[in-house]
Formats: sequence, C-alpha cells, structure tokens
Amino acid sequence: MSNSKISIRNYSLRYSDGVQALKNVSLEIHANAINVLFGPSGGGKSSLLRSINRLIDLADVDETSGQILFNGVNILDKEMPVSQLRRKIGMVFSRPIPLPKSIFENVAFGLRVAGENDPAVLHSKVEEALKQAYLWEEVYDRLDDPGISISGGQQQRLCLARVLALEPEVIMLDEPTSALDPVTTARIESFLQEIKDRITVIIAPHNMSQSARVADYATFFLQGELIEVGAGSKLFVNPQDQRTQDYVEGRFG
Amino acid sequence: MSNQSSHTATQVRKAKDGIGYTLIHIISFFTLLPVLGIIFYIVANGAPTITWDFLTSMPTDGMRAGGILPAIVGTLYLTIGTAVFSVPLGVAAGIYLAEYAPQNIWTRFIRIAIISLAGIPSVVYGLFGLGMFVLFLKLGNSILAASLTLSIMTLPTIISTTEEALRVVPERFRVVCASLGASKWQGIRKIILPEAMPGILTGVILGLERAAGETAPILFTGATFFLPHLPSSPLDATMALPYHIFVISTQVPGMPLQIQFGSVLVLLVFVLVMNLSATTIRTRARRNRQW
Ligand SMILES: Nc1ncnc2c1ncn2[C@@H]1O[C@H](COP(=O)(O)OP(=O)(O)O)[C@@H](O)[C@H]1O
Ligand SMILES: [Mg+2]
Repeated sequence: MSNSKISIRNYSLRYSDGVQALKNVSLEIHANAINVLFGPSGGGKSSLLRSINRLIDLADVDETSGQILFNGVNILDKEMPVSQLRRKIGMVFSRPIPLPKSIFENVAFGLRVAGENDPAVLHSKVEEALKQAYLWEEVYDRLDDPGISISGGQQQRLCLARVLALEPEVIMLDEPTSALDPVTTARIESFLQEIKDRITVIIAPHNMSQSARVADYATFFLQGELIEVGAGSKLFVNPQDQRTQDYVEGRFG
Repeated sequence: MSNQSSHTATQVRKAKDGIGYTLIHIISFFTLLPVLGIIFYIVANGAPTITWDFLTSMPTDGMRAGGILPAIVGTLYLTIGTAVFSVPLGVAAGIYLAEYAPQNIWTRFIRIAIISLAGIPSVVYGLFGLGMFVLFLKLGNSILAASLTLSIMTLPTIISTTEEALRVVPERFRVVCASLGASKWQGIRKIILPEAMPGILTGVILGLERAAGETAPILFTGATFFLPHLPSSPLDATMALPYHIFVISTQVPGMPLQIQFGSVLVLLVFVLVMNLSATTIRTRARRNRQW
C-alpha cells in the first residue's frame, strides 16, 4: 500500500460559462506510482490536472469548492505561492509547445525564472535534464537552435526535459502522446515507468490502450463525475460500475 | 460527357480568374501612379539642391539661400522628444490593456476613447497643446511643449499597436510560462514582449513618422519661423522641416524653387526611411517568427 501524494477532497469546479467541469470529486493520487485519469473527452480530466497546479487561475472560473492537499497543504488556498507549486508539480501538454527560444533556453527557462543565473549551474542542469529525457544525444551539438527546429517527438521530450530540470515531485501529462508516433510514445511510456520511483506521475492518456498499459492506479471520469477508481490491474479487467465497463469495452466514447 | 463539361467549366472559371487578377494588377498600378509620380517629381527637382552644405549650414539671406540645418535638427529633436514621452507611456498602456486590464465596460470605454483620439484632426492637438502645455503649464513656445503635444497625438497609435502585437502572441506561451513557475510579469517580459517587439516597434516608428511630418500640432506649441542659431535647451522654440516647408512655400516672397524642392525631399527621405525600417522590421520578424 503506497502513500498518498495528493489528496483531492470534494472538489468541484464550474467555469464562468456555466459548465460544471467537476462535481464533488474525491481522489487520492498515489506517490511513486503512475496515476491514470481516463474517460471520454469532456469528462473533466484536463480541468482536474490544471487545478492541481493552479493553472486553472488563467482560465475563466466561476467557482471552485473542496480541497486539494499537496504534502498536506491546501493548494487552493489564495495564499498559496503558485510559482513554487508549479515548479514542484510539472506539466506536459498534449501538443509539444516549445517556447520561441533555443533548445537550451527552453530547458533553462524554468530555472532562470526561479532565480538561477549562474551559467555553469544552468549548463549542468540543462544537460542533466536533457539526458534524463533521452534527448541529449540528439541535440547536444545544436543547443542554440530554435526549439521548434527539432521533430515533434523530440519537441515533446524537450518539454519533458524542461519540466525535469526543475526537479519536480510530481509530473502531470495531459494526453502527452496524442500527436506522437508509436516509437516515441513507447519511449515516453517506458520513461514514465523509470521515473515513477522518484517522481509521482499523473497522466490523462488520449486512448484506452495507453491507459491500460501504464496505470498503477486508474480513475474513470464521466461528465465531471468520478465514476470508479482502482488499481490498474483490476479496473480494466474487472470494472465494478456498468458505465466503466461500457467504456472499457469500447461501447461508448 | 458530364466529365468533359465540368472540365470546360473549370477552364472557363480559370480564365475568368486570370482576367480578374490582371485587372486588379492594372488597377493597383494606376492607383500607385500618382504616388510614384509625386515622388519622382520631387526627387528630380530636389536632388540637385541636396549638397553637404545644404544639409549642414544655416539659412542666409532671409532663408532664400544657405542650408536648412536648424529645420533638420529641430525635426530630429521633436521626434526624439516625442519618443521619450510617448514610447514608455504608450507601450506600458498597451501592455496593461492587453495583459492585465479586466474586460469590462470601463476598459471598453478606454479602447473607444483611444480609437477616437486617433481620428482627431492634428490641428485640434495643436490647440490643445497650446492651452495645456504652452499656456497652462507655462512651458512657452518650446521643443518640450511641442514634443508633449506630438506625444499625445502619437500615443493612440502606439497603445493600439502594442496591444494588438501582444494579443497575436499565442495564449499557449503564457500557459507554458506559468506552468514552469514564471510569474505573469516574468512570462510577459521574457517571452511575450520579445515576441511582440517587432510589432510594437513598427507601431512606434509609424507613430513617430506621423509626428515628424505634422505641422499643425507644432504650429502653436514650439515651431518658429526662423532661428539664427540651433536651439540650446528644451525650452527653446525650434525650426522644423514641415513648418519650414510651409513657411518658405507661402510666406517668403522671391523664394527660390530649388530650396523648396530640396527641403521637401529631405522631409520625404526622413519619413520614407522610417517607413522602410518599419516594413523591414515587420517582414524580417514574420520570417523569423517561431509560431
Ligand atoms: N477554459 C474553459 N472554459 C470553459 N469551459 C471549459 C474550459 N475548459 C474546459 N471546459 C469545459 O469543461 C468540461 C471538461 O473539460 P476538460 O476538463 O477539458 O475534460 P477532458 O480533459 O476530460 O476532455 C468540458 O465540458 C469543457 O467544454
Ligand atoms: Mg482533456
């Protein structure tokens, strides 16, 4: 039984346009594990991820209620220092979004805004992060090229490196391989298995097969409601709720 | 059969398109003609006047001979003076409107006010400057008062282009910056603003270009008919190219034509160089843009 890294308690979220994206969701995110959020599009997975690192602050939100405890602190608290929170909980988006800067500066960006200016430190941390993301071998001789000059798969690993450079405690990935080829997808999946011992992973895969492949724990979302949660090995094989079963067997969504 | 007829239809449509495009090219060429004609006429008549002496010496003989140095220097001073006030203020206001201002009635009102300001005739700015800066603030007829007046006229252009340039930078960059722990201002300063900079610069240059070429706003606020020396302080009045051209074309009897053409050519080159640099910045930025 692994311990809880993030504890979501009776969390609800409504956007300004009236959409109730999440309804009274309670969920434990397990440390040292891959936590999968799955379900049809519009279920609220992205909204939950963006709530956990307070990126939701950038959207038009009408109301949130409940608690999200990270290391025992409610991150929804107005006083929460969000920049520090976002450094500890990194995020990778569905499409690779390199900043309009060089490969090097993409990885260095988070360190620089955190106040790191020592060139030697920056270089060693950028190199380390690129190596962790298995990108170093491919880019070490063109670190000054624009981030968009590399392939889509490389760009997504760049985005991963950019997050790893900040030495986060949690990495959230929102459909991270939806725009990638199977080879890169497999690489990223095995990478997640590798890091989960030291970094908690939360992932919202873009399809069922990836969900089933990587999940240590899985949670099924349907229209803002948490329908079912369980160990990955059980949930996909033997779902308890009819709706989960229908989705897993491909009857809707 | 039907295949063949649709084939013919396509050909007809292509031919029609072709005629349409040719027509557009011809029409746009004709609309360009007067502009090219004027430029050619000024260059042909003004070029012989342009000598080093003409550009660097004081006017003599009641401006009927000598150079136009004080007018050139004056226009430079006014342009720089305008930039000093309008660029920081305009860019800051543009950043505020694009990145920080809530979308409500108040900010909508501000935007409408800015658009309306841009449409006000320049002589109105001149009269406002006279009342506000020359008389009320007691700056007198001076470079300072004229620069402030031109700044007010230029501000709407700079504010609007800055806001627009920031808005076209994709939202996803702001989200990524935030997700990497950047504060809102860090994201703006390190990513959003640099990406918007070519657009902002273009707006700044176009705004200043208009300021450099205007007569009415400086007429009552800082321009003077003739100055036997260069201005030595911001509180001095100054000669300026556009006003100088107005004066020597209408107010001085027996004015040699070539001096008039020469002066106009200098102003034209001044303005065209600014315009060209704005265009160059924009094209180069479009090509290098990474989004
Ligand atoms: N920024 C937003 N503003 C308003 N509504 C949103 C916003 N983002 C998502 N939604 C709505 O919230 C619901 C949940 O969406 P989302 O969290 O993206 O779910 P998922 O990631 O499972 O597809 C959807 O109905 C969606 O249209
Ligand atoms: Mg989503």
